[in-house]
Amino acid sequence: MKRLLEWLHNGPLITDGAWGTELQRRGLEPGENPDPWNLSHPERVEQVARAYVDAGSRIILTNTFRANPISLPDCSPEQIAEINRAGVAISRRAAESTTAKVIASLGPSGKMLMAGEVTPEEITAAYTLQARACADAGADALLLETFSDPEEASLALAAARATGLPVIVSFVFDSGKNKDRTMMGATPEQVARRMEDEGAAAVGANCGLGPSGFPPISTRLRDACELPIWIKSNAGMPEIVGGEARYTLPPAEFASYLPALLDAGACFIGGCCGTNPDYIRALVEEMRRCA
Amino acid sequence: MPDLNKLNQAILEGDAKTAAAVTQEALDAGIDPSVLIQQHMVPAMDEVGRLYEAEEYFVPELLLAARAMKASLELLRPLLAASGAEPTGRVVIGTVKGDLHDIGKNLVGSMLEGGGFEVIDLGADVAPEKFIDAIQNRGAKIVCLSALLTVTMPSMKKTIEALEQAGVRQDVKVLVGGAPVTPQFATEIGADGYGETANAAVALARRFVQG
Repeated sequence: MKRLLEWLHNGPLITDGAWGTELQRRGLEPGENPDPWNLSHPERVEQVARAYVDAGSRIILTNTFRANPISLPDCSPEQIAEINRAGVAISRRAAESTTAKVIASLGPSGKMLMAGEVTPEEITAAYTLQARACADAGADALLLETFSDPEEASLALAAARATGLPVIVSFVFDSGKNKDRTMMGATPEQVARRMEDEGAAAVGANCGLGPSGFPPISTRLRDACELPIWIKSNAGMPEIVGGEARYTLPPAEFASYLPALLDAGACFIGGCCGTNPDYIRALVEEMRRCA
Repeated sequence: MPDLNKLNQAILEGDAKTAAAVTQEALDAGIDPSVLIQQHMVPAMDEVGRLYEAEEYFVPELLLAARAMKASLELLRPLLAASGAEPTGRVVIGTVKGDLHDIGKNLVGSMLEGGGFEVIDLGADVAPEKFIDAIQNRGAKIVCLSALLTVTMPSMKKTIEALEQAGVRQDVKVLVGGAPVTPQFATEIGADGYGETANAAVALARRFVQG
Protein backbone atom coordinates (compact mmCIF):
# COMPACT_ATOMS: atom_id res chain seq x y z
CA MET A 1 0.00 0.00 0.00
CA LYS A 2 2.92 2.31 0.72
CA ARG A 3 3.90 2.13 -2.92
CA LEU A 4 0.45 3.26 -4.04
CA LEU A 5 0.47 6.18 -1.61
CA GLU A 6 3.82 7.28 -3.05
CA TRP A 7 2.32 7.25 -6.53
CA LEU A 8 -0.56 9.36 -5.26
CA HIS A 9 1.77 11.86 -3.61
CA ASN A 10 0.99 14.54 -6.19
CA GLY A 11 -2.70 13.81 -6.34
CA PRO A 12 -5.13 11.45 -8.04
CA LEU A 13 -4.00 9.59 -11.14
CA ILE A 14 -5.74 8.94 -14.44
CA THR A 15 -5.55 5.28 -15.43
CA ASP A 16 -6.47 3.74 -18.80
CA GLY A 17 -9.58 2.68 -20.73
CA ALA A 18 -10.89 -0.50 -22.36
CA TRP A 19 -8.57 -2.85 -24.25
CA GLY A 20 -10.83 -5.45 -25.85
CA THR A 21 -12.63 -3.03 -28.16
CA GLU A 22 -9.30 -1.37 -29.05
CA LEU A 23 -7.88 -4.77 -30.02
CA GLN A 24 -10.99 -5.47 -32.08
CA ARG A 25 -10.29 -2.28 -34.03
CA ARG A 26 -6.93 -3.87 -34.77
CA GLY A 27 -8.34 -7.14 -36.04
CA LEU A 28 -9.24 -9.22 -32.99
CA GLU A 29 -12.27 -11.31 -33.91
CA PRO A 30 -15.36 -10.58 -31.83
CA GLY A 31 -15.62 -13.30 -29.20
CA GLU A 32 -11.97 -14.26 -29.56
CA ASN A 33 -10.05 -14.26 -26.26
CA PRO A 34 -7.68 -11.26 -26.54
CA ASP A 35 -5.02 -12.52 -24.13
CA PRO A 36 -3.23 -15.01 -26.43
CA TRP A 37 -2.59 -12.00 -28.71
CA ASN A 38 0.25 -11.11 -26.31
CA LEU A 39 2.15 -13.94 -28.02
CA SER A 40 0.65 -13.89 -31.53
CA HIS A 41 0.27 -10.11 -32.12
CA PRO A 42 2.40 -8.37 -29.48
CA GLU A 43 2.89 -5.28 -31.70
CA ARG A 44 -0.86 -4.65 -31.93
CA VAL A 45 -1.31 -5.08 -28.19
CA GLU A 46 1.55 -2.64 -27.67
CA GLN A 47 -0.20 -0.11 -29.92
CA VAL A 48 -3.14 -0.12 -27.51
CA ALA A 49 -0.89 0.28 -24.47
CA ARG A 50 0.97 3.13 -26.20
CA ALA A 51 -2.26 4.82 -27.23
CA TYR A 52 -3.19 5.05 -23.55
CA VAL A 53 0.24 6.26 -22.47
CA ASP A 54 0.07 8.90 -25.24
CA ALA A 55 -3.44 9.90 -24.14
CA GLY A 56 -2.06 10.68 -20.70
CA SER A 57 -2.67 7.52 -18.67
CA ARG A 58 -0.35 7.55 -15.68
CA ILE A 59 -1.21 3.94 -15.02
CA ILE A 60 -1.78 1.35 -17.71
CA LEU A 61 -3.06 -2.16 -17.30
CA THR A 62 -2.10 -5.31 -19.17
CA ASN A 63 -3.87 -7.53 -21.69
CA THR A 64 -4.13 -10.39 -19.18
CA PHE A 65 -7.70 -10.11 -17.85
CA ARG A 66 -8.63 -13.69 -18.80
CA ALA A 67 -5.17 -15.28 -18.65
CA ASN A 68 -5.84 -17.74 -15.84
CA PRO A 69 -6.16 -21.54 -16.01
CA ILE A 70 -9.91 -21.48 -15.33
CA SER A 71 -10.72 -19.08 -18.19
CA LEU A 72 -8.19 -20.68 -20.56
CA PRO A 73 -8.77 -24.39 -19.91
CA ASP A 74 -7.08 -25.46 -23.14
CA CYS A 75 -3.73 -23.83 -22.31
CA SER A 76 -1.00 -25.46 -20.23
CA PRO A 77 0.16 -23.69 -17.05
CA GLU A 78 3.40 -22.81 -18.84
CA GLN A 79 1.51 -21.24 -21.78
CA ILE A 80 -0.64 -19.26 -19.37
CA ALA A 81 2.40 -17.98 -17.49
CA GLU A 82 3.93 -17.00 -20.83
CA ILE A 83 0.82 -15.07 -21.92
CA ASN A 84 0.92 -13.17 -18.62
CA ARG A 85 4.64 -12.44 -18.77
CA ALA A 86 4.31 -11.26 -22.36
CA GLY A 87 1.35 -9.07 -21.40
CA VAL A 88 3.30 -7.33 -18.66
CA ALA A 89 6.39 -6.99 -20.92
CA ILE A 90 4.27 -5.32 -23.64
CA SER A 91 2.83 -2.74 -21.25
CA ARG A 92 6.30 -2.19 -19.76
CA ARG A 93 7.68 -1.41 -23.22
CA ALA A 94 4.86 1.06 -23.84
CA ALA A 95 5.51 2.75 -20.51
CA GLU A 96 9.29 2.85 -21.04
CA SER A 97 10.84 6.29 -20.71
CA THR A 98 7.64 7.64 -19.13
CA THR A 99 6.59 7.71 -15.49
CA ALA A 100 3.53 5.55 -16.24
CA LYS A 101 3.13 2.53 -13.96
CA VAL A 102 2.09 -0.92 -15.10
CA ILE A 103 -0.58 -2.74 -13.14
CA ALA A 104 -1.39 -6.30 -14.21
CA SER A 105 -5.08 -7.01 -14.78
CA LEU A 106 -6.52 -10.23 -13.32
CA GLY A 107 -10.23 -10.84 -14.01
CA PRO A 108 -12.63 -13.18 -12.21
CA SER A 109 -12.74 -16.91 -12.95
CA GLY A 110 -16.24 -16.73 -14.45
CA LYS A 111 -17.25 -19.70 -12.30
CA MET A 112 -19.31 -19.64 -9.16
CA LEU A 113 -17.74 -21.06 -6.01
CA MET A 114 -21.06 -21.30 -4.24
CA ALA A 115 -22.63 -23.40 -6.97
CA GLY A 116 -19.68 -25.80 -6.83
CA GLU A 117 -18.58 -24.89 -10.37
CA VAL A 118 -15.06 -24.39 -9.08
CA THR A 119 -13.30 -25.24 -5.80
CA PRO A 120 -11.48 -22.81 -3.49
CA GLU A 121 -8.28 -24.75 -4.19
CA GLU A 122 -8.70 -24.22 -7.94
CA ILE A 123 -9.21 -20.49 -7.43
CA THR A 124 -6.12 -20.24 -5.25
CA ALA A 125 -4.02 -22.22 -7.72
CA ALA A 126 -5.25 -20.17 -10.68
CA TYR A 127 -4.44 -16.77 -9.15
CA THR A 128 -1.17 -17.98 -7.64
CA LEU A 129 -0.01 -18.94 -11.12
CA GLN A 130 -1.20 -15.74 -12.79
CA ALA A 131 -0.01 -13.36 -10.07
CA ARG A 132 3.40 -15.03 -9.94
CA ALA A 133 3.87 -14.73 -13.70
CA CYS A 134 2.86 -11.04 -13.69
CA ALA A 135 5.15 -10.29 -10.77
CA ASP A 136 8.07 -12.13 -12.40
CA ALA A 137 7.63 -10.02 -15.53
CA GLY A 138 7.92 -6.82 -13.53
CA ALA A 139 4.37 -5.55 -12.88
CA ASP A 140 4.34 -2.62 -10.43
CA ALA A 141 1.13 -3.83 -8.78
CA LEU A 142 -1.70 -6.30 -9.36
CA LEU A 143 -5.37 -5.49 -9.98
CA LEU A 144 -8.18 -7.96 -9.33
CA GLU A 145 -10.98 -6.36 -11.34
CA THR A 146 -14.61 -6.97 -12.22
CA PHE A 147 -15.16 -9.30 -9.24
CA SER A 148 -18.67 -9.98 -7.90
CA ASP A 149 -18.07 -12.60 -5.24
CA PRO A 150 -16.21 -11.49 -2.09
CA GLU A 151 -15.25 -15.13 -1.42
CA GLU A 152 -13.54 -15.49 -4.76
CA ALA A 153 -11.90 -12.07 -4.39
CA SER A 154 -10.66 -13.03 -0.95
CA LEU A 155 -8.97 -16.19 -2.24
CA ALA A 156 -7.52 -14.34 -5.22
CA LEU A 157 -6.29 -11.52 -2.98
CA ALA A 158 -4.43 -13.93 -0.70
CA ALA A 159 -2.86 -15.65 -3.70
CA ALA A 160 -1.88 -12.32 -5.30
CA ARG A 161 -0.48 -10.88 -2.06
CA ALA A 162 1.95 -13.78 -1.83
CA THR A 163 3.95 -12.04 -4.59
CA GLY A 164 4.67 -9.13 -2.25
CA LEU A 165 3.19 -6.62 -4.74
CA PRO A 166 0.41 -4.20 -3.77
CA VAL A 167 -2.97 -5.67 -4.76
CA ILE A 168 -6.00 -3.56 -5.73
CA VAL A 169 -9.43 -5.24 -5.70
CA SER A 170 -12.29 -3.81 -7.76
CA PHE A 171 -15.89 -5.02 -7.79
CA VAL A 172 -18.89 -4.62 -10.08
CA PHE A 173 -21.91 -3.05 -8.38
CA ASP A 174 -24.80 -3.57 -10.77
CA SER A 175 -27.45 -5.41 -8.74
CA GLY A 176 -30.11 -4.64 -6.19
CA LYS A 177 -32.85 -2.05 -6.27
CA ASN A 178 -30.37 0.80 -6.01
CA LYS A 179 -27.72 -0.87 -8.18
CA ASP A 180 -25.32 -0.73 -5.28
CA ARG A 181 -24.75 -4.43 -4.71
CA THR A 182 -22.63 -6.98 -6.49
CA MET A 183 -24.34 -9.90 -8.20
CA MET A 184 -23.77 -11.81 -4.96
CA GLY A 185 -25.51 -9.11 -2.94
CA ALA A 186 -22.38 -7.59 -1.35
CA THR A 187 -22.45 -3.87 -0.50
CA PRO A 188 -19.59 -1.37 -0.98
CA GLU A 189 -19.14 -1.26 2.80
CA GLN A 190 -18.87 -5.05 3.08
CA VAL A 191 -16.26 -5.43 0.38
CA ALA A 192 -14.26 -2.36 1.46
CA ARG A 193 -13.95 -3.59 5.04
CA ARG A 194 -13.22 -7.15 4.10
CA MET A 195 -10.61 -6.31 1.48
CA GLU A 196 -8.93 -3.86 3.87
CA ASP A 197 -8.88 -6.47 6.64
CA GLU A 198 -7.36 -8.98 4.25
CA GLY A 199 -4.55 -6.72 3.13
CA ALA A 200 -5.67 -5.10 -0.13
CA ALA A 201 -3.71 -1.96 -1.05
CA ALA A 202 -6.75 -0.26 -2.62
CA VAL A 203 -10.37 -1.10 -3.27
CA GLY A 204 -12.67 0.02 -6.04
CA ALA A 205 -15.52 -0.34 -8.46
CA ASN A 206 -15.48 -0.88 -12.20
CA CYS A 207 -17.71 -1.73 -15.16
CA GLY A 208 -21.23 -1.31 -13.79
CA LEU A 209 -23.92 0.85 -15.24
CA GLY A 210 -22.32 4.09 -16.40
CA PRO A 211 -20.52 6.95 -14.64
CA SER A 212 -23.47 8.52 -12.78
CA GLY A 213 -23.63 5.57 -10.39
CA PHE A 214 -19.99 5.76 -9.37
CA PRO A 215 -19.67 8.85 -7.15
CA PRO A 216 -22.07 7.48 -4.50
CA ILE A 217 -20.35 4.08 -4.57
CA SER A 218 -16.93 5.72 -4.30
CA THR A 219 -18.14 7.73 -1.28
CA ARG A 220 -19.37 4.58 0.43
CA LEU A 221 -16.15 2.69 -0.27
CA ARG A 222 -14.08 5.61 1.07
CA ASP A 223 -16.19 5.98 4.20
CA ALA A 224 -15.93 2.29 5.02
CA CYS A 225 -12.14 1.97 4.90
CA GLU A 226 -8.85 3.82 4.85
CA LEU A 227 -7.76 2.54 1.45
CA PRO A 228 -7.28 4.55 -1.76
CA ILE A 229 -10.27 4.19 -4.10
CA TRP A 230 -10.00 2.86 -7.66
CA ILE A 231 -12.82 3.75 -10.12
CA LYS A 232 -13.29 2.66 -13.74
CA SER A 233 -16.75 3.23 -15.15
CA ASN A 234 -18.28 2.01 -18.38
CA ALA A 235 -19.07 4.61 -21.02
CA GLY A 236 -22.75 4.45 -20.09
CA MET A 237 -25.03 1.56 -20.88
CA PRO A 238 -24.59 -0.06 -24.28
CA GLU A 239 -27.32 -0.04 -26.88
CA ILE A 240 -27.57 -3.29 -28.79
CA VAL A 241 -27.59 -2.44 -32.49
CA GLY A 242 -27.71 -5.37 -34.88
CA GLY A 243 -26.44 -7.71 -32.18
CA GLU A 244 -23.50 -5.42 -31.40
CA ALA A 245 -22.95 -3.42 -28.21
CA ARG A 246 -22.58 0.31 -28.86
CA TYR A 247 -21.61 2.79 -26.18
CA THR A 248 -22.90 6.22 -27.04
CA LEU A 249 -21.88 8.38 -24.06
CA PRO A 250 -19.52 11.06 -25.47
CA PRO A 251 -16.03 11.42 -23.90
CA ALA A 252 -16.69 14.96 -22.64
CA GLU A 253 -19.84 13.86 -20.84
CA PHE A 254 -17.99 10.86 -19.39
CA ALA A 255 -15.25 13.18 -18.11
CA SER A 256 -17.80 15.60 -16.62
CA TYR A 257 -18.20 13.13 -13.74
CA LEU A 258 -14.57 13.56 -12.71
CA PRO A 259 -15.12 16.38 -10.15
CA ALA A 260 -17.85 14.34 -8.45
CA LEU A 261 -15.57 11.30 -8.37
CA LEU A 262 -12.71 13.31 -6.87
CA ASP A 263 -15.10 14.68 -4.24
CA ALA A 264 -16.12 11.12 -3.51
CA GLY A 265 -12.52 10.20 -2.77
CA ALA A 266 -11.62 8.39 -5.98
CA CYS A 267 -7.88 8.62 -6.59
CA PHE A 268 -7.32 6.21 -9.47
CA ILE A 269 -9.75 7.09 -12.26
CA GLY A 270 -10.12 5.57 -15.71
CA GLY A 271 -12.66 3.86 -17.93
CA CYS A 272 -14.04 0.38 -18.47
CA CYS A 273 -16.15 -1.08 -21.33
CA GLY A 274 -16.81 1.31 -24.20
CA THR A 275 -14.02 3.77 -23.36
CA ASN A 276 -10.97 4.44 -25.55
CA PRO A 277 -8.02 6.86 -25.58
CA ASP A 278 -10.37 9.77 -26.39
CA TYR A 279 -12.11 9.22 -23.05
CA ILE A 280 -8.75 9.22 -21.27
CA ARG A 281 -7.75 12.46 -23.02
CA ALA A 282 -11.04 13.98 -21.89
CA LEU A 283 -10.37 12.85 -18.30
CA VAL A 284 -6.83 14.29 -18.40
CA GLU A 285 -8.19 17.61 -19.66
CA GLU A 286 -10.89 17.68 -17.01
CA MET A 287 -8.28 16.86 -14.36
CA ARG A 288 -6.23 19.90 -15.46
CA ARG A 289 -9.31 22.03 -15.11
CA CYS A 290 -9.96 20.67 -11.61
CA ALA A 291 -6.39 21.21 -10.44
CA MET B 1 -49.24 -33.77 11.68
CA PRO B 2 -46.14 -31.84 10.63
CA ASP B 3 -46.36 -28.09 10.14
CA LEU B 4 -46.04 -27.79 6.39
CA ASN B 5 -45.52 -24.05 6.50
CA LYS B 6 -42.08 -24.95 7.78
CA LEU B 7 -41.41 -26.43 4.36
CA ASN B 8 -42.26 -23.13 2.63
CA GLN B 9 -40.13 -21.30 5.17
CA ALA B 10 -37.17 -23.66 4.78
CA ILE B 11 -37.17 -23.13 1.01
CA LEU B 12 -37.48 -19.36 1.39
CA GLU B 13 -34.56 -19.38 3.80
CA GLY B 14 -32.54 -21.84 1.75
CA ASP B 15 -32.36 -24.33 4.60
CA ALA B 16 -31.93 -27.68 2.82
CA LYS B 17 -31.66 -29.71 6.01
CA THR B 18 -34.98 -28.53 7.40
CA ALA B 19 -36.65 -28.79 3.98
CA ALA B 20 -35.64 -32.45 3.75
CA ALA B 21 -36.59 -33.17 7.36
CA VAL B 22 -40.08 -31.65 7.05
CA THR B 23 -40.59 -33.43 3.74
CA GLN B 24 -39.70 -36.76 5.34
CA GLU B 25 -42.04 -36.09 8.27
CA ALA B 26 -44.83 -35.24 5.87
CA LEU B 27 -44.27 -38.41 3.89
CA ASP B 28 -44.23 -40.46 7.09
CA ALA B 29 -47.56 -38.86 8.00
CA GLY B 30 -48.94 -40.05 4.67
CA ILE B 31 -49.25 -36.69 2.92
CA ASP B 32 -49.49 -36.90 -0.86
CA PRO B 33 -46.19 -35.77 -2.48
CA SER B 34 -48.04 -33.77 -5.11
CA VAL B 35 -49.74 -31.76 -2.35
CA LEU B 36 -46.31 -30.93 -0.93
CA ILE B 37 -45.07 -29.82 -4.31
CA GLN B 38 -48.10 -27.92 -5.53
CA GLN B 39 -49.23 -26.32 -2.30
CA HIS B 40 -45.95 -25.65 -0.56
CA MET B 41 -42.76 -26.02 -2.57
CA VAL B 42 -43.79 -24.39 -5.83
CA PRO B 43 -45.39 -21.38 -4.10
CA ALA B 44 -42.26 -21.00 -1.94
CA MET B 45 -40.02 -21.13 -4.99
CA ASP B 46 -42.28 -18.61 -6.75
CA GLU B 47 -41.83 -16.29 -3.80
CA VAL B 48 -38.05 -16.75 -3.98
CA GLY B 49 -38.19 -15.87 -7.67
CA ARG B 50 -40.29 -12.81 -6.89
CA LEU B 51 -37.83 -11.64 -4.24
CA TYR B 52 -34.96 -12.13 -6.67
CA GLU B 53 -36.75 -10.16 -9.35
CA ALA B 54 -37.49 -7.42 -6.83
CA GLU B 55 -33.72 -7.50 -6.13
CA GLU B 56 -34.27 -8.24 -2.46
CA TYR B 57 -32.72 -11.66 -2.91
CA PHE B 58 -29.38 -12.10 -4.66
CA VAL B 59 -27.66 -15.02 -6.32
CA PRO B 60 -26.64 -16.75 -3.05
CA GLU B 61 -30.21 -16.73 -1.68
CA LEU B 62 -31.47 -18.03 -5.01
CA LEU B 63 -28.96 -20.87 -5.10
CA LEU B 64 -29.60 -21.86 -1.49
CA ALA B 65 -33.38 -21.90 -2.05
CA ALA B 66 -32.98 -24.02 -5.18
CA ARG B 67 -30.77 -26.37 -3.20
CA ALA B 68 -33.38 -26.70 -0.43
CA MET B 69 -36.05 -27.35 -3.06
CA LYS B 70 -33.84 -30.00 -4.61
CA ALA B 71 -33.18 -31.72 -1.27
CA SER B 72 -36.92 -32.02 -0.80
CA LEU B 73 -37.61 -33.09 -4.38
CA GLU B 74 -35.03 -35.85 -4.14
CA LEU B 75 -37.13 -37.49 -1.44
CA LEU B 76 -40.31 -37.07 -3.47
CA ARG B 77 -39.11 -38.08 -6.94
CA PRO B 78 -38.92 -41.86 -6.34
CA LEU B 79 -42.47 -41.80 -5.01
CA LEU B 80 -43.71 -39.68 -7.90
CA ALA B 81 -42.01 -42.00 -10.39
CA ALA B 82 -43.54 -45.06 -8.70
CA SER B 83 -47.00 -43.53 -8.94
CA GLY B 84 -46.42 -42.86 -12.64
CA ALA B 85 -46.41 -39.08 -12.27
CA GLU B 86 -44.25 -37.28 -14.81
CA PRO B 87 -42.04 -34.32 -13.95
CA THR B 88 -43.49 -30.90 -14.82
CA GLY B 89 -41.53 -31.08 -18.03
CA ARG B 90 -38.17 -32.03 -19.47
CA VAL B 91 -35.86 -29.18 -20.37
CA VAL B 92 -32.52 -29.19 -22.13
CA ILE B 93 -30.37 -26.18 -21.34
CA GLY B 94 -26.98 -24.95 -22.52
CA THR B 95 -24.85 -21.95 -23.41
CA VAL B 96 -24.57 -21.78 -27.18
CA LYS B 97 -21.51 -22.69 -29.21
CA GLY B 98 -18.61 -20.29 -28.86
CA ASP B 99 -19.73 -18.94 -25.49
CA LEU B 100 -18.10 -20.24 -22.32
CA HIS B 101 -20.18 -18.30 -19.80
CA ASP B 102 -22.34 -20.54 -17.69
CA ILE B 103 -23.31 -18.64 -14.53
CA GLY B 104 -26.61 -17.33 -15.91
CA LYS B 105 -27.41 -20.65 -17.50
CA ASN B 106 -26.75 -22.49 -14.23
CA LEU B 107 -29.04 -20.13 -12.35
CA VAL B 108 -31.86 -20.71 -14.81
CA GLY B 109 -31.22 -24.47 -14.58
CA SER B 110 -31.41 -24.40 -10.79
CA MET B 111 -34.61 -22.38 -10.83
CA LEU B 112 -36.18 -24.74 -13.37
CA GLU B 113 -35.26 -27.71 -11.21
CA GLY B 114 -36.70 -25.86 -8.26
CA GLY B 115 -39.85 -25.39 -10.35
CA GLY B 116 -40.18 -29.15 -10.70
CA PHE B 117 -38.69 -29.53 -14.17
CA GLU B 118 -36.27 -32.26 -15.10
CA VAL B 119 -33.22 -30.43 -16.42
CA ILE B 120 -30.67 -31.83 -18.86
CA ASP B 121 -27.72 -29.47 -18.56
CA LEU B 122 -25.37 -29.66 -21.55
CA GLY B 123 -22.94 -27.10 -20.13
CA ALA B 124 -21.32 -24.25 -22.06
CA ASP B 125 -20.06 -23.96 -25.67
CA VAL B 126 -22.69 -26.47 -26.80
CA ALA B 127 -22.90 -27.48 -30.47
CA PRO B 128 -26.41 -27.56 -32.03
CA GLU B 129 -26.14 -31.35 -32.57
CA LYS B 130 -26.10 -31.91 -28.82
CA PHE B 131 -29.40 -30.08 -28.41
CA ILE B 132 -30.84 -32.15 -31.25
CA ASP B 133 -29.65 -35.33 -29.56
CA ALA B 134 -31.31 -34.33 -26.26
CA ILE B 135 -34.58 -33.72 -28.10
CA GLN B 136 -34.49 -36.92 -30.16
CA ASN B 137 -33.11 -39.32 -27.57
CA ARG B 138 -33.88 -37.88 -24.16
CA GLY B 139 -37.33 -36.45 -24.66
CA ALA B 140 -36.61 -32.79 -24.01
CA LYS B 141 -39.65 -30.66 -24.85
CA ILE B 142 -38.20 -27.26 -23.98
CA VAL B 143 -34.85 -25.96 -25.19
CA CYS B 144 -33.20 -23.13 -23.24
CA LEU B 145 -30.37 -21.29 -24.97
CA SER B 146 -28.06 -18.90 -23.15
CA ALA B 147 -25.53 -16.38 -24.48
CA LEU B 148 -23.64 -13.71 -22.55
CA LEU B 149 -21.79 -12.09 -25.43
CA THR B 150 -23.22 -10.01 -28.24
CA VAL B 151 -20.85 -11.88 -30.53
CA THR B 152 -22.23 -15.30 -29.65
CA MET B 153 -25.87 -14.32 -30.05
CA PRO B 154 -25.80 -15.40 -33.73
CA SER B 155 -25.04 -18.91 -32.42
CA MET B 156 -28.56 -18.94 -31.01
CA LYS B 157 -29.95 -18.34 -34.47
CA LYS B 158 -27.75 -21.09 -35.90
CA THR B 159 -28.90 -23.50 -33.21
CA ILE B 160 -32.56 -22.82 -34.01
CA GLU B 161 -31.82 -23.27 -37.73
CA ALA B 162 -30.14 -26.59 -36.97
CA LEU B 163 -33.23 -27.73 -35.06
CA GLU B 164 -35.30 -26.88 -38.14
CA GLN B 165 -32.98 -28.76 -40.47
CA ALA B 166 -33.05 -31.79 -38.18
CA GLY B 167 -36.86 -31.69 -38.32
CA VAL B 168 -37.31 -31.31 -34.55
CA ARG B 169 -38.11 -27.62 -34.29
CA GLN B 170 -41.89 -28.13 -34.13
CA ASP B 171 -41.49 -30.72 -31.34
CA VAL B 172 -40.09 -28.22 -28.87
CA LYS B 173 -40.41 -24.72 -27.48
CA VAL B 174 -37.23 -22.66 -27.61
CA LEU B 175 -36.48 -20.14 -24.87
CA VAL B 176 -33.55 -17.72 -25.08
CA GLY B 177 -31.89 -15.52 -22.48
CA GLY B 178 -28.66 -13.86 -21.39
CA ALA B 179 -27.47 -10.31 -20.75
CA PRO B 180 -27.35 -9.00 -24.34
CA VAL B 181 -30.45 -10.86 -25.57
CA THR B 182 -33.59 -8.79 -26.14
CA PRO B 183 -37.23 -9.75 -26.84
CA GLN B 184 -36.84 -8.33 -30.37
CA PHE B 185 -33.82 -10.51 -30.97
CA ALA B 186 -35.75 -13.55 -29.71
CA THR B 187 -38.53 -12.82 -32.19
CA GLU B 188 -36.09 -12.14 -35.01
CA ILE B 189 -34.42 -15.53 -34.69
CA GLY B 190 -37.71 -17.39 -34.30
CA ALA B 191 -37.49 -18.34 -30.61
CA ASP B 192 -40.74 -19.06 -28.76
CA GLY B 193 -39.87 -16.93 -25.79
CA TYR B 194 -37.39 -14.70 -24.02
CA GLY B 195 -36.74 -14.77 -20.29
CA GLU B 196 -35.26 -11.61 -18.86
CA THR B 197 -34.64 -13.28 -15.50
CA ALA B 198 -34.37 -16.85 -14.24
CA ASN B 199 -37.80 -16.45 -12.75
CA ALA B 200 -39.31 -15.27 -16.03
CA ALA B 201 -37.78 -18.32 -17.72
CA VAL B 202 -39.50 -20.65 -15.25
CA ALA B 203 -42.84 -18.88 -15.73
CA LEU B 204 -42.52 -19.19 -19.50
CA ALA B 205 -41.51 -22.85 -19.32
CA ARG B 206 -44.56 -23.53 -17.18
CA ARG B 207 -46.79 -21.80 -19.68
CA PHE B 208 -45.32 -23.97 -22.44
CA VAL B 209 -46.01 -27.27 -20.67
CA GLN B 210 -49.52 -26.19 -19.84
CA GLY B 211 -49.96 -25.81 -23.57
